[in-house]
Amino acid sequence: MSAREEVLARIRQATTDVMDKNPVTDVPVDWTYGQPLATPDVVADFVEKVEDYKAMVVRVASDGVADAILDALRQLGAASAVLPDGLPEEWVKALAQSDIELFSDQPALDRAHLNVIDAVVTTAAVGMADSGTIALDHGEGQGRRALSLLPDRHICVVRTDQVVSDVPEGIARLAPALRARRPVTWLSGGSATSDIELSRVEGVHGPRHLWVILVD
Amino acid sequence: MTAQQTRRTPEPGSWLGIPAFPKAAPGELANETQRKNLRHATTTIRAKRIVRASEVPHWEELRTAGAQIKERVGRHLEEYLLQAEEAMTKAGVTVHWARNGADANRIVADIARAKGVKEVVKIKSMVTQEIDLNEALEAEGIAAWETDLAELIVQLGHDLPSHILVPAIHRNRDEVQEIFTREMGLYGTPAPEGISNNPEELAAAARVHLREKFLRADMAVSGGNFIVAETGTLVIVESEGNGRMCLTLPDTLVSVVGIEKLVPTLEDLEVFLKLLPRSSTGERMNPYTSMWTGVTEGDGPQDLHVILLDNGRSDVLADPEGRAALRCIRCSACLNICPVYERVGGHAYGNPYPGPIGAILGPQLRGLDDERDRALPFASSLCGACNEVCPVRIPFTDILVHLRRKVVDYKTAKHPTAEQTIMKGAAWVMADGKHLATVQAGERLGARVFHGKWIGPMGPIPIAKNWLKGRDVEPLPTQNFRQWWKKNREGAK
Repeated sequence: MSAREEVLARIRQATTDVMDKNPVTDVPVDWTYGQPLATPDVVADFVEKVEDYKAMVVRVASDGVADAILDALRQLGAASAVLPDGLPEEWVKALAQSDIELFSDQPALDRAHLNVIDAVVTTAAVGMADSGTIALDHGEGQGRRALSLLPDRHICVVRTDQVVSDVPEGIARLAPALRARRPVTWLSGGSATSDIELSRVEGVHGPRHLWVILVD
Repeated sequence: MTAQQTRRTPEPGSWLGIPAFPKAAPGELANETQRKNLRHATTTIRAKRIVRASEVPHWEELRTAGAQIKERVGRHLEEYLLQAEEAMTKAGVTVHWARNGADANRIVADIARAKGVKEVVKIKSMVTQEIDLNEALEAEGIAAWETDLAELIVQLGHDLPSHILVPAIHRNRDEVQEIFTREMGLYGTPAPEGISNNPEELAAAARVHLREKFLRADMAVSGGNFIVAETGTLVIVESEGNGRMCLTLPDTLVSVVGIEKLVPTLEDLEVFLKLLPRSSTGERMNPYTSMWTGVTEGDGPQDLHVILLDNGRSDVLADPEGRAALRCIRCSACLNICPVYERVGGHAYGNPYPGPIGAILGPQLRGLDDERDRALPFASSLCGACNEVCPVRIPFTDILVHLRRKVVDYKTAKHPTAEQTIMKGAAWVMADGKHLATVQAGERLGARVFHGKWIGPMGPIPIAKNWLKGRDVEPLPTQNFRQWWKKNREGAK
């Protein structure tokens, strides 16, 4: 018997007491999926929770994004940045006029090269206020997963209309991308650890600085 | 050359030398540094958990949903596994099945060998601790590098994990400083000269030490927090970003996942991604969560494997009273709240799953043939705090009592204990008035011998000697109630 057949046979044998073969009627789940929270000001909650992770949040109007990105790069001391495909043209143009050394991921940069680039600038897919979480579905403007991982500073542009109150709404918004088999990454603050005496240290392997630009 | 010199990774501690819990516990209790470290760490994390749990409206309903979803998965496991297998295969994942640890370890080693890989980077994973994957790979000449900070501390410290979330919880900053200074240079980039015991400096040293390994790794091994049966999506929650490094940079990724780790649909993730981080690290959300559904061209590993591991889980499932243990999402809230765990620590439990979850899961996964597994259901005061914090409502104390009964049945199947013999005798006495009268006649004989005296500490009579150490027994009666009645009532009429 193959391992597969053997394991499945053992499971079948172990569950002979289950009479109702329909999982949904056999064990009902008393939960209403996809519910929002009754948060009075969702965007303010998002800002508060992201800041609680010691990430920087700045709010700008849509015509101020390019300047805000430049300001972030300067304040974080970044001399170079990688820009994923699909980033809005006007941001790229504004950055090209600065003294920041820019890299595109076309053709794909190898990991050693990505590792020495100071920063990455991306857009996002969804923001979840209650937990201060930003989700990337690695679509246009977000780049493949390694791009938002190896550079030490991540500047992430989130639109306020992308921010929902809580995780259930967030999952609902991300479901189409997940069903299309796109990878999804959730960021809640920067990289952190509590492995030494349970005291939180910001910044281990992922980008040590997360800078969120929230666009109204 | 000795075997030790040919090793590529630090030689770990061994569970084999650790005796059964009652014998191991006193030694651990005597370790004052460990007790201090544990008290500090568990107190901190308990306080965080309660704040984060109380922030959530409908927390109790959320726990119920978590319990129901996992119960549904367990009772219909075959269906969900087949669905997950199909979805993953369609998404380009090679799905393997493993009856036990040996199967799974062989599959991982075979993949590494086929790729010509001499080292792998690892994401912290309980299941690979359970099957002792690192040592199996070491025996094949493949180095497995732990990349989670706490696992790195354990690996470099030639140590054993003592907690399912923070395996180095028994170590303080001074010990970590000493381990990093001594060991890092032997296996890669050394710790900076004169590094202090500041956790930030220690974490920075780990970043540099491991970055070199991430950048050259061709293969990674992970566990998995959830597999969504509907879509074949794998989910890993983590904090440091070492997980993302392993899941993104190497070309080959092998994920070893217990068969109970399924959830039916994507929507079910909303329940667990709220429950898990708040119960586990006491955060609103863990810093990083990765979800991937098969191979994405041009992004991340192009060769994905998932090993579905049984290793005793189907035995747990077969016991309707014990199967709730399979709901566990490895948050560690039960360890952090447990008064026994807080004092004794993880090593005394003798395997990678300590605390209340270890006490109910271990003996069910491995069976009761080993004395150490038979001791585990008794490593609890049955106070029930674990029941209250568990995000999937595992009825720990019910299962502990159930397993205690099984242990007694196991022990007495061949040799009845003295207690059982006494109880059997008592049953005979109580079964019939004549039997009782016979015994009472004997008792009156004893009463004449003791002459109305209290019975205190006694000579070498088995059982009675121990029992009387702390107790005095009233004088034996010279007559029983029936005799008294006859004399004082019936006779008086």
